[in-house]
Amino acid sequence: MGISTKNTEAPPPIPEPSETEQKRASRGATRPGDRVFLGLSRGSGIFLLVIMAAIAVFLTYRASLAISKDEGNFLTTFEWNPTAIPPDFGIAVLAFGTVVSSIVAMVIAVPIAVAIALFLTHYAPRRLSGPISYVIDLLAAVPSIVYGLWGALILVPHMNGLFGWLNDYLGWTGIFEWQGGAPRSMLTVGILLAIMILPVVTNVSREVFRQSPQMIEEAALALGATRWEVIRMSVLPFGRSGVISASMLGLGRALGETMAVATVLSPTFTIQASLLDPGGGTFAQNIASKFGEATEQGRDALIASGLVLFVITLLVNGAARAIIARRKEYSGANA
Amino acid sequence: MSQTLNVKRPSTLQGARLPKWSPWAIAAGSVALGIGISAAAGLDSSIQWGLMAAIIFVLGTYGIATRVEGRRQAKDRVATSLVWVAFLLAVVPLVSLVWTALSRGVKVLDVYFLTHSMGVVADTEPGGGIYAAILGSLEQVGLAALMAVPIGVLTAIYLVEYGRGNLSRAITFFVDVMTGIPSIVAGLFILSLMVQFKMQPFGFAGSLALAILMMPIVVRSTEEMLKLVPNELREASLALGIPKWRTILKVVLPTSLGGITTGIMLSIARIAGETAPVLLLVFGNPFINSNPFEGAQSSLPLYIYQQYANSAGSGAAYDRAWAASLTLIAFIMILNLAARGIARWKAPKTGR
Repeated sequence: MGISTKNTEAPPPIPEPSETEQKRASRGATRPGDRVFLGLSRGSGIFLLVIMAAIAVFLTYRASLAISKDEGNFLTTFEWNPTAIPPDFGIAVLAFGTVVSSIVAMVIAVPIAVAIALFLTHYAPRRLSGPISYVIDLLAAVPSIVYGLWGALILVPHMNGLFGWLNDYLGWTGIFEWQGGAPRSMLTVGILLAIMILPVVTNVSREVFRQSPQMIEEAALALGATRWEVIRMSVLPFGRSGVISASMLGLGRALGETMAVATVLSPTFTIQASLLDPGGGTFAQNIASKFGEATEQGRDALIASGLVLFVITLLVNGAARAIIARRKEYSGANA
Repeated sequence: MSQTLNVKRPSTLQGARLPKWSPWAIAAGSVALGIGISAAAGLDSSIQWGLMAAIIFVLGTYGIATRVEGRRQAKDRVATSLVWVAFLLAVVPLVSLVWTALSRGVKVLDVYFLTHSMGVVADTEPGGGIYAAILGSLEQVGLAALMAVPIGVLTAIYLVEYGRGNLSRAITFFVDVMTGIPSIVAGLFILSLMVQFKMQPFGFAGSLALAILMMPIVVRSTEEMLKLVPNELREASLALGIPKWRTILKVVLPTSLGGITTGIMLSIARIAGETAPVLLLVFGNPFINSNPFEGAQSSLPLYIYQQYANSAGSGAAYDRAWAASLTLIAFIMILNLAARGIARWKAPKTGR
């Protein structure tokens, strides 16, 4: 500890000139142009903070109006009737659906994304790796509503065969039970979300794998390790925290995804064990599909559910950023 | 004698290896086998056929490689093939999506489609177009960019050129947090203001939400670009007695202009496809409304959603949705390509 604090204290000689430089600059800031410019740029930075605060404050205020009128328990009620008299609504079903669909998406996307990242850094021929990164970027650039349209019109019909097969062989688990409804279910949503978060997870993991120490890899190769053994023993342990934070960034994206879920899922306000039977709902999907018919009271209730989503994504993203920030040298975090 | 030794030695050191073409042979064999088995078992989904072939490929590789090369090499080969399979899996949806958008979109995409609006055309009938949607999208995204770009760039300048201490640390943290805000939450924030002040949906409300989504992206990309500007340039300028604000305006910004422009264009491409906030705040309008400050407007992503949702399964509406998707994808791709072009064009030089 003592050594490390000494090490962090050693650099000050370098910052110090810049501090004096700044003092000189701020003495120079008596010039009106400098003062105006500093004011403008600091002002816009503060404005960003004000926006964040305003988002939290206004959502909380409108949400508190709705929740105070709620006859049910906001956290545990399985109903969504904010316009009934008395209003009765709760987020239990939405929270469940949001978590389940995101978990399905993570389970599918993370292994594939890690594999693609490894492919790009360690397997692909160098000439291919550039164009393939570009293809992955294209995947990220496609708007979510187009994914939704594709999911609803192309993916859903293609899921019938897979669902029948899962029901035949894994139906006994209860999770993969299917009663033959249209496959607009949590599993389909999860698969679609997986496709959508794939580029995020891939890009961040790729940056981390690219930084894995070459010397250790070469040493392992020289000892006769196969390529897979090199990856398992040196690249993956090195990149573990990076992959975790990449996954959490992807999770944040999946939690808040609206249109793809709204077009694919056929929602019900129930909690069910089966991933294959249509039903359930997510926060974002519920807001998008209930919004049209909502009165002011209904909108406040939707805002309340949005506040919960906001808090959850803040926590997930904050954790991801904290993990990334621990790796100082890594700067590809703006994916 | 020596010849035989020379022949034998590498073989004892290296062990038996599969020939280079073997993965391809196994792949071809497993695809054939997979299709055969699937067809025989009566599986009708092409996803299942692909899965079957992939499973046979991985198992086949492992079996053959274990027999010839040993277990460690076999594991290595399986890992290699799994990595390749993962990559191919990721490409399949992209190809399918682009192919569907192209093949179904071009059916109705013509000049008439681009220059007319839905008007009184019922959602289930053929005809109509996306003029109002394009107009709305351009206005909303343009206004959002007008608000987000100055604030974003100035914030980045503050963070790189002035910021030390707590304020800049707080800003950096919250910019990171803001990047992760779901678009629907940004929409809900503006909606909560509209509920508060009893306003009806209008285009500019959508712009506000889009600007909130755009700002953190602009800040992050501009920040990265400003950090790339060599300190010597700043010092040289300051040493000549030039005030700091002129140094920033005349030296730092022009040097990084290409990168900043690229970031801004990418962020525009990103928000142009946002649907959720527009759905909440702009509401959609089949008629042309060129005034973003009053009355409901349309927008391209919203148009796609509404054509899908109100179509009642009608093919005409789906075709329009695909054509609009194609337009939107084309718009975003052009922005992306142009941004990359600018980045490449401006990258090697650091001066004007």
